[in-house]
Amino acid sequence: MSDLPVAVAMSGGVDSSTVAAMLVREGRRVIGLTMQLWNQRRLPEIAVEGASGRCCSLDDVYDARRVAGQIGIPYYVVNFEDRFERDVVRPFVDEYLAGRTPIPCTLCNNFIKFDQFLEMADAVGARQIATGHYARVLFDEVSGRYQLRRGVDETKDQTYFLFGLAQEQLARTLFPLGGFNKTEVRELARGFDLAIAAKGDSQEICFVPNGDYAAFLNAYLREKGMPEPATRGEIVTTGGKALAGHAGVHHFTVGQRRGLGIAAGEPLYVIATDPASQRVTVGAEPELYRAKLTASGVNWISIAAIDRGTRAQVKIRNKHVPAAATLAPGADPGRVEVRFDKPQRAVTPGQAAVFYDGDLVLGGGWIE
Amino acid sequence: MQHFYFDHNATTAVSPEVLEAVLPCLDQAYGNASSIHHFGQIAKQRLEQARRQVAALLNCDPREIVFTGGGTEADNMAVLGAACGHIITSAIEHTAVLSPCAHLERHGVAVTRVRASADGIVDPDDVRRALRPQTSLISIMHANNELGTIQPIAEIAKIAHAAGVLFHADGVQALGKTPVDVQALGVDLYTISGHKIYAPKGAGALFVRKGVKLGPILFGGHHERDRRPGTENVAGAVGLGAGAEWLARNQQGESARVAALRDRLERGILARVGDVAVNGAGALRTSNTSNIRFDFIEGEALVIALDLRGFAVSSGAACSSGAVEPSHVLLAIGLAPDAARSSIRFSLGRWNTVEQVDALVDAVAESVAHLRRIAPVRAHV
Repeated sequence: MSDLPVAVAMSGGVDSSTVAAMLVREGRRVIGLTMQLWNQRRLPEIAVEGASGRCCSLDDVYDARRVAGQIGIPYYVVNFEDRFERDVVRPFVDEYLAGRTPIPCTLCNNFIKFDQFLEMADAVGARQIATGHYARVLFDEVSGRYQLRRGVDETKDQTYFLFGLAQEQLARTLFPLGGFNKTEVRELARGFDLAIAAKGDSQEICFVPNGDYAAFLNAYLREKGMPEPATRGEIVTTGGKALAGHAGVHHFTVGQRRGLGIAAGEPLYVIATDPASQRVTVGAEPELYRAKLTASGVNWISIAAIDRGTRAQVKIRNKHVPAAATLAPGADPGRVEVRFDKPQRAVTPGQAAVFYDGDLVLGGGWIE
Repeated sequence: MQHFYFDHNATTAVSPEVLEAVLPCLDQAYGNASSIHHFGQIAKQRLEQARRQVAALLNCDPREIVFTGGGTEADNMAVLGAACGHIITSAIEHTAVLSPCAHLERHGVAVTRVRASADGIVDPDDVRRALRPQTSLISIMHANNELGTIQPIAEIAKIAHAAGVLFHADGVQALGKTPVDVQALGVDLYTISGHKIYAPKGAGALFVRKGVKLGPILFGGHHERDRRPGTENVAGAVGLGAGAEWLARNQQGESARVAALRDRLERGILARVGDVAVNGAGALRTSNTSNIRFDFIEGEALVIALDLRGFAVSSGAACSSGAVEPSHVLLAIGLAPDAARSSIRFSLGRWNTVEQVDALVDAVAESVAHLRRIAPVRAHV
């Protein structure tokens, strides 16, 4: 097995560079691939000069190529722009316009990194791929399933974005960093004398400069010659009282406090957005709490499915501390009803609900 | 692992005879060719010898050869220096011609890009029909870099001259693969590049017919008879000269040898692999180029797979990151984006052998079969 080549998804950052170097040290034949996902020359009106840590910047390709040269592996940039736009950017835009708050990183994992990238790896003779994700894959003899566990570094754990992976995808995937924390990874990178060892972490959604979704949305729609959504409407209280107008529901996300443009006695939060009525509902902080949610498009990883009430901890956004809950089978196999022990703040449609049993990722779905 | 080179349209290795001529120019004949002293005189002698060698190959007067920093600079010099009104060019030109045309277009100069046939040939009648009273320049390449298709430039030159219009041809991909005689072709401006003919990169030349006035694109000293400022790249020019000298004696025989290899490659692939087609097959082509479409696969994946097996070929055009974009040439001759992405360019050269070609055919057949096996869905779309 170890003589077969492994394709490493190299972003030019510390994590994936370290993965490539670790595998080379283990004696694996490594092929370095960088995915060109988004053309940064598009949408020049929202471009940010000198932005680093964004996907597909020439600087990142330069860094990845430099590391590949340093560790002596063949390296290629592969063009996935069409697929990325179709399966990640367009759904991201559509979701926003539908009043939800999407997670493009999960779509990118499902359709790009663990689909088209796997296929490209196969195409160039690599049955296995490795990425710099902080997560662990283990094969469980008893259930006969590949199980996904959280990375040991709690602060870097990326399993929230990986809930959509199928068994055959996990079977071919290595996450060599799952057992390390970020400090150790940086030490490894320094130990390998990698040129990028001191590079900063990337944060925001890679194709959206400065995390300004609304600006991205408007620029993208203009480029496509599509009309900007006519989603101007009213901001109303949970009691139905109109407070002000707004420039479009896609500017708001559940739990948001800033930027409402309303001076009120007590702090107001977005409780819900409704593109149909173009209404943004605001209320006091306690009104943000919900005791239950429905997850759809559920994918099971470490277990086959549930057929009865099952205890779990559920994470409803990346930085959320998993909350104790009971999972119950929904109306169809793709749905799960989640009932929290204690109501949770800002349950946001479009985000993922990921089910854990301790370290183990049971599965997850999309919040309705 | 051994690596074999089948990408001679991208660049070539410097040949032994060129290397032998170039090396002493770097450390011995290092003078500035414009200096009046001993060192300058030696460098100047070498430079002018190189100019005579290039002129002899192209069948022109040495004074009509302007050395440049490569093919792109020569193309820019021709387009930007000669155009003063409407330009006619083609959709299959190299970006070194298309980009300066687009630049002028943004500054108010009208540009007509005539189409090419499905076989990658520009129709002279299309050029004739595109003429306007204000037309100042026609620029059509001699041979296409991706397809190898040879354009009817002698005929187009006649059309240009009948209309009193200057004619430029980008000959970067023609030189060394088909005879180039600027008198027989009737061109006014002709671009060549060193690194496609076994000379160093960064050395090229523009043939400028006596009497043709070119505006400057660079500003500086009086070098190259006031046509191209900058201290002469003597080593580069000498390399270009030595490459030209070799071609003057060997081009015909070498082209025939390479053509036989190219035909063997095509026969081998067509016999072993189904659902393939040679792009530009119906046209007159340069001796060394074969552009083949493999249905249902990504050319990008095939290029990488072949590289990992030790065979260097190419697909499409590299963008700034190094990722591959579908070739504008293949799109221009009517291929759908998917078909353009499925196409691979093989370009042969001096050190390719029958054994290498046969090994390449094996590798292509195996890689294509593997790629079609792992992405079987596309085969039925």
